[in-house]
Amino acid sequence: MNEAAMDPREARPSSFAFERSDRVLILAHLGVAYLALFIGAAAGLLQGLQRTGFIKLPTPLGYYQLLTAHGVALALIFTTLFIVGFLFSGTAKTLDGRLYPVDRVWAWIGFVMMVAGTVIGLITILTNDATVLYTFYAPMKATPWFYIAMALVVVGSWLSGAAIFTAYARWRRRHRGQVSPLFAYMSVATMILWIIATLGVAIEIIFQLIPWSLGWVSHIDVGLSRALFWYFGHPLVYFWLLPAYIYWYVNIPQVIKGKLFSDSLPRLTFILFILYSIPVGFHHQLNEPGIGAGWKFLQVVLTMTVVVPSLMTAFAMFATFEMAGRAQGATGRFGWIRKLPWKDVRFFAPFLGMVMFIPGGAGGIVNASYQMNQIVHNTLWVTGHFHMTLSSSVVLTFFGISYWLVPALTNRKLTWKANNIGILQSWLWFVGMLLMTVPMHIVGLLGEPRRTAFTTYNDSPAVQAWLPYWPVMGIASIFLFLSTLLFLGTVIYLWWFAPRLETAAEYPIGEARDTSHKTPMILERWPLWISITAALVLIAYAVPIVDMIQNPAPGSPPIRSW
Amino acid sequence: MHLHRYEKIWLTVGLLTLIVFIIVLGINAFAMGAQPPSDAQVIDPTKVSQTPPFDQPGLKQLGNNNYAADMTAFVFGYAPNRIEIPVRSTVTFNVTSKDVVHGFEIPGTDVNMMIVPGLVNSATHTFTKPGDYLILCNEYCGAGHQLMAAHLVVK
Repeated sequence: MNEAAMDPREARPSSFAFERSDRVLILAHLGVAYLALFIGAAAGLLQGLQRTGFIKLPTPLGYYQLLTAHGVALALIFTTLFIVGFLFSGTAKTLDGRLYPVDRVWAWIGFVMMVAGTVIGLITILTNDATVLYTFYAPMKATPWFYIAMALVVVGSWLSGAAIFTAYARWRRRHRGQVSPLFAYMSVATMILWIIATLGVAIEIIFQLIPWSLGWVSHIDVGLSRALFWYFGHPLVYFWLLPAYIYWYVNIPQVIKGKLFSDSLPRLTFILFILYSIPVGFHHQLNEPGIGAGWKFLQVVLTMTVVVPSLMTAFAMFATFEMAGRAQGATGRFGWIRKLPWKDVRFFAPFLGMVMFIPGGAGGIVNASYQMNQIVHNTLWVTGHFHMTLSSSVVLTFFGISYWLVPALTNRKLTWKANNIGILQSWLWFVGMLLMTVPMHIVGLLGEPRRTAFTTYNDSPAVQAWLPYWPVMGIASIFLFLSTLLFLGTVIYLWWFAPRLETAAEYPIGEARDTSHKTPMILERWPLWISITAALVLIAYAVPIVDMIQNPAPGSPPIRSW
Repeated sequence: MHLHRYEKIWLTVGLLTLIVFIIVLGINAFAMGAQPPSDAQVIDPTKVSQTPPFDQPGLKQLGNNNYAADMTAFVFGYAPNRIEIPVRSTVTFNVTSKDVVHGFEIPGTDVNMMIVPGLVNSATHTFTKPGDYLILCNEYCGAGHQLMAAHLVVK
């Protein structure tokens, strides 16, 4: 059999092609995301090698500057720009095959604001005026420009959301009584979650941090600023995760030549993620003074509810895989596993991400559980946790998306050579992340703090137990940087150099298997779901926040401690 | 909405496990008193040095093998930076910050809390094994964060 016959992408030609204006818009978002990935990965390599004792930086301060750049460039910029670009692509593809000028106006204004925020933010970090890490906890005070930059990124992303909402609303008006396409529905859900979540950090930045950093007010209520930040900080992780879930639910079934397990259950999971990812921020603040233990416990219970949509997703994934395999003639209990396209990077990279999500998700339950958190809070365990979930599950999925989305937008071919480099790159990332995150979990249990430059605390005995793990974590950061370079090199190839396609590239969108059960229209009644979310937020947050405002702890003046 | 039979079983088992887990957490918290540090006492962070008991940070004996350690956290250290106690002592650490947010963690124990300016936080622990315990800051607080530590010697 020759190569072309084996290629599933050749077997199913698709007539879909993006309009030029949409291509430019989406590629602009992806391009900035990849630049941020490079900056963040380079900073990650250097700080990873510093803290494990491989290299010395000119000053220890360099470590915290690099760590700030790593967090801002990757957790805030790379993720947001990539997600917006990916959501635009699927929204355009599944609604009318295109975005309309009004959508693109919102999208471009949002893009310009986010890029301006990124540039200003990175400059303030470079000049050492914002070495406050990506969580920018008061009363450490960065230059006002840093907070203005963050506000630009957040508000810009709202306009990206507006672009998706206008496209979705137009489609609904023109298709009354019809269930919206799943990809567009999930994009709307993701953006609703994002906007409700970012309200907290926007209030913190605009009403607390900017006036205080400009000197208009002398003191800041630190406890309130932290509560507002973490109201945002937890749903932030679901903003990263949901686009990966969209790919798993909607695109992968087509990649593996299967069908969607269900059209309605994924919608229900996304609704549950909106409801239960927001009123739960206190589980990041379990060890903090000034918040009543009863409120913390309530939010722990709400946090755990998120296990339900996670279990639904796990079931749907394996059901989809098994049915795809059986539809292709697999027999026996596990025969379907061999039918999966292991040599197709579009499936393989996110599959490695799914594997990593099993220990990553379990670790998350430890973090959120009221008492166990006491052992791991602010240790490297937590860093290990989100490098398993965000940096492995989500990022491997984003790699898998990039390998076909970039050539689909440039009308080029994902060649087998590029595909195989992608598989190698995914393995390198997966092994690198295992070598980094498993030791991080172990030293975290042994008490090693996160966000700390190289130190032996004057050769304290407690540190001796951490030392054997440092070389492993240091070498892992080299693996990860090499993997990033391999990825970016392949993206450059697919963007500018891969062979052009005669016909339009494939944009994989799965079809529902079972059309006999109608998708309930109540799932599209957004005012209802937003109201329930608001009610849950009020139940979980109203009393403690009003208490913080009415009986504030004495405020803090700005401090520059770096 | 249609749920496959296997999915119903899967979700039921998952939900029941979850409920049992939450009940265990609740019994731990409310019946056995294993609550995280959640002190509500306020203090002006700019006047910590003038506010008792933090005007004189140190170890105070409350009873037989029972101590209070009133400590301040600041860039980049703790006061006092060395404490000695006899083995099998119970110590309540009352800690506040004179400047930015700090952490207070003793590896090998479950003492781990956030020190937020404007508030006092506290944790209690009984030290049953002799040794040199490291107290470290686990929240980034500035250029010298990696140096911020104190020692607790249990004899």
